[in-house]
Amino acid sequence: MFKILKYSFFDLVRSRWSYVYFLFYLLLAATLLFLNNDLSKAVITLMNVIIILVPLIGTIFGVMYFYNSKEFTELLLAQPIKRSSIFIGLYLGVAVSLSMSLLLGIGVPFLLYGLTQSAAIWDFSLLLITGVFLTFIFTGIAFNISLSNENKIKGFGYAIMMWLFLAVIYDGLFLMSLVFFEDYPLDKLSLIGTMLNPIDLSRTLILLKLDISALLGYTGAVFKTFFGTNQGLIISISVLFLWVLFPAIRMVRKSNKKDF
Amino acid sequence: MIRFLVITLTLLFVHLNVQGIEVCKSCKVSSIHEAVKAAKSGDTLWVKKGTYHEYNILIDKPLTLIGIEFPTIDGQDQGEIIRVVSDSVTIDGLFIINVGTSYTTDYAAIRVVRSKNFVIKNVILEKLFFGIFIEKSSLGKIYHNKIIGDAVDEYNSGNGIHLWYSKEIEISKNIVQGVRDGIYLEFSDYISVDENISRDNLRYGLHFMFSNNDVYSKNIFENNGAGVAVMFSKHIRMYENTFRDNWGTASFGLLLKEINDLEVENNVFRNNTIAISVEGANRVNYKGNTFESNGWAIKVKGACYANLYSGNEFLHNSFDVSYNSKINDNVFDQNYWSKYSGYDLDKDGIGDIPFRPVKLFSYIVNRTPETIVLMRSLFIDIIDFSEKVSPVFTPDELQDFNPLMKRLK
Amino acid sequence: MIKVQDLHKKFQKNIVLSGVNLELKESGIYSILGPNGSGKTTLIKSILGMVLPTKGSIKINDKSIKAAWDYRKQIDYLPQIANFPSNLKVKELISMIKDLRGNSKRDKELINLFGVEKFLDKKVGTLSGGMKQKTNIVLAFMFDSPILILDEPTTGLDPVALIHLKELIQKEKERGKLILITSHIMSFVEEITDEIVFLLEGNVHFEGNISELKKQTSEQNFERAIASLLISNHV
Repeated sequence: MFKILKYSFFDLVRSRWSYVYFLFYLLLAATLLFLNNDLSKAVITLMNVIIILVPLIGTIFGVMYFYNSKEFTELLLAQPIKRSSIFIGLYLGVAVSLSMSLLLGIGVPFLLYGLTQSAAIWDFSLLLITGVFLTFIFTGIAFNISLSNENKIKGFGYAIMMWLFLAVIYDGLFLMSLVFFEDYPLDKLSLIGTMLNPIDLSRTLILLKLDISALLGYTGAVFKTFFGTNQGLIISISVLFLWVLFPAIRMVRKSNKKDF
Repeated sequence: MIRFLVITLTLLFVHLNVQGIEVCKSCKVSSIHEAVKAAKSGDTLWVKKGTYHEYNILIDKPLTLIGIEFPTIDGQDQGEIIRVVSDSVTIDGLFIINVGTSYTTDYAAIRVVRSKNFVIKNVILEKLFFGIFIEKSSLGKIYHNKIIGDAVDEYNSGNGIHLWYSKEIEISKNIVQGVRDGIYLEFSDYISVDENISRDNLRYGLHFMFSNNDVYSKNIFENNGAGVAVMFSKHIRMYENTFRDNWGTASFGLLLKEINDLEVENNVFRNNTIAISVEGANRVNYKGNTFESNGWAIKVKGACYANLYSGNEFLHNSFDVSYNSKINDNVFDQNYWSKYSGYDLDKDGIGDIPFRPVKLFSYIVNRTPETIVLMRSLFIDIIDFSEKVSPVFTPDELQDFNPLMKRLK
Repeated sequence: MIKVQDLHKKFQKNIVLSGVNLELKESGIYSILGPNGSGKTTLIKSILGMVLPTKGSIKINDKSIKAAWDYRKQIDYLPQIANFPSNLKVKELISMIKDLRGNSKRDKELINLFGVEKFLDKKVGTLSGGMKQKTNIVLAFMFDSPILILDEPTTGLDPVALIHLKELIQKEKERGKLILITSHIMSFVEEITDEIVFLLEGNVHFEGNISELKKQTSEQNFERAIASLLISNHV
């Protein structure tokens, strides 16, 4: 598995897209710092971008890489290697190289800017951690979708739909259900609704760390007492882990049952 | 030798030049109690450096009480320390600690009752319950004092400067921190509150109740439970104050509740959860204020009539204006909005298309507060945008028809 | 060495293999022939474990290959369409496969034989079909495994390379390997093959050597013999 991971990682690291992705983040972070001159504001703006873009790029990259490395997988399938190793290896290759682009692209400008002396370092680390989680989650989901669809166009379409659902439509439904059930106590519902969507969960984690929680009023207090405690943080990180784990498990199962 | 000479000379000088009584441990009069008893009306008491374990000092004649090098009066938590019941009393330069705490009596470090023309200045209060308590008095000055409390809970803490049924009092250049309400005014008219710093207080930095015709200016209200609450009052003027970092679940910079005829001018509101929370306020003019990086700049609840917002700056607030009703009888005119994205073709400095300060999301949040968990979600940005393009839910007439293109300062 | 028992494979509703029985005991060169869509590639991929049978079993050296992967150490496979990760250089591709499978002693010899050294530093994506196939052959023969599966090995090869390939296959057979070939080039098959397995509509329609085939179909020409197998079945 590690050999596969190594090859797909280096394959990707040398590809143009990794650089584009890396440079995009580099430029974004540098511009934000340059224009804003305020570390914590830059972190907030960056959050808005990361929450939406990281999943999108993870999805597109995952699907693209899967279909493009069809030959590579077929070559590997005839070799004495476990199927699960092949796909987990490929998946980790994509996820790790995307995470690298993200970490370096955003990390370098911030480090140069003097992040280590700033109080924002924890918010920033949390931002990067959730960014990495989202990369793994959405690459995993993208791999699942591509494994289940031989047809490239279909696979691509489903993957984009899935992203659209989790990034936008889910929140719409969430909002409607909150408004619809407004006569009932909603703390639990909003907590659960947040937990079920990795994008919402990441957004909430970062927002609460940035102490916008005060804006959230009573609900914020409920959220703060949940997410603010170590237990809450552990639960949310575990949920994110599950979001990584489930696609990976399904990937192994699906790949073991698939004909190539 | 020289040192001894200097001290003797100084004491001599003091002795010779001023009529009065000296108080010190080795003096003829060694306690403030005795000194007050011995003094004649109009005398000056010189309290020298040292610690005096005294409480319930009753000043019942016009006296001037001056501390030299901040003598300490330690009340040993027994109750009230100084009570003034005579006109024309001056208290200057004391360091008062350990006021008794009680759940039935509002013990204060200095209490002034039914007196006129008092002056309290250069006093330092620590470990207090109530600080300076002015009761049915008038024409006084509370100047350049420092009140440092260590309050933890609201129910067993008192206020820093507390006015009750008092008139025409100047409160200026004081520092109040760590108490329940920094400055509290109840049934007190014609009061001026200037250049004070009120910070880290449990409840309010400044609290008005049923007090009219007061002015406060150039104060700083920082990191209080809430900045300033003005309730059931009228004809108040507030200008050039700074409200900042009043940040917390229920915090605000300025709360206006059931008030009429107010001027709020050239204040700065920065980093407050809610900069101004308005409930039942009429005929209020907001001019030249700066709202920066607040959660809500202006949050309007209930009916508010004939308010004017003009020449203010709204910079990077999460929500600029929030309404919970569709009724609007307030005017927004010629403000600067950092979120304004219009253009100015005729170059007159005023945007050619109006600005709508109320976002759809703020309307939804007002209706169902829990929905705020969706803040900064892409979906919210999308519906806000569509509402901006064609308003359906937000008050249609609530617009700034002349948004400024550039900041005022 | 390879034993296929009652092998069925359905892709959704499309039946590709319906009860294939095949036993290849000894070393030698076996050709799997059959019209398009007869299930040749599916059979090969089933042996390689890339396609999972609907029913039936495959054993290699008396061990079932179900859910196993290390039996593939005994198999070298030359895929039909030589598509490799296009970002890699030929050199890197070879060393990658070596890294994945363990070391090979024969790579230099094979690279020389097929003239691959000329484009070792080129990216795989820029190679011509023939160059790709040569690389493909190097990769397949490199590891000297007891079983060789060659899917259309002649595709795109120039005559010189073709001769080298034939010689190589013969040599491997003499070294006691089992070689399984599919090809559409009948002359190639006729020249090198020992046994023919003819697949038709998902079944083994004929199994035996070339002379047996000619006798059964009463045709002198190998190509015609094959054709007649097809025609007789369709009539």
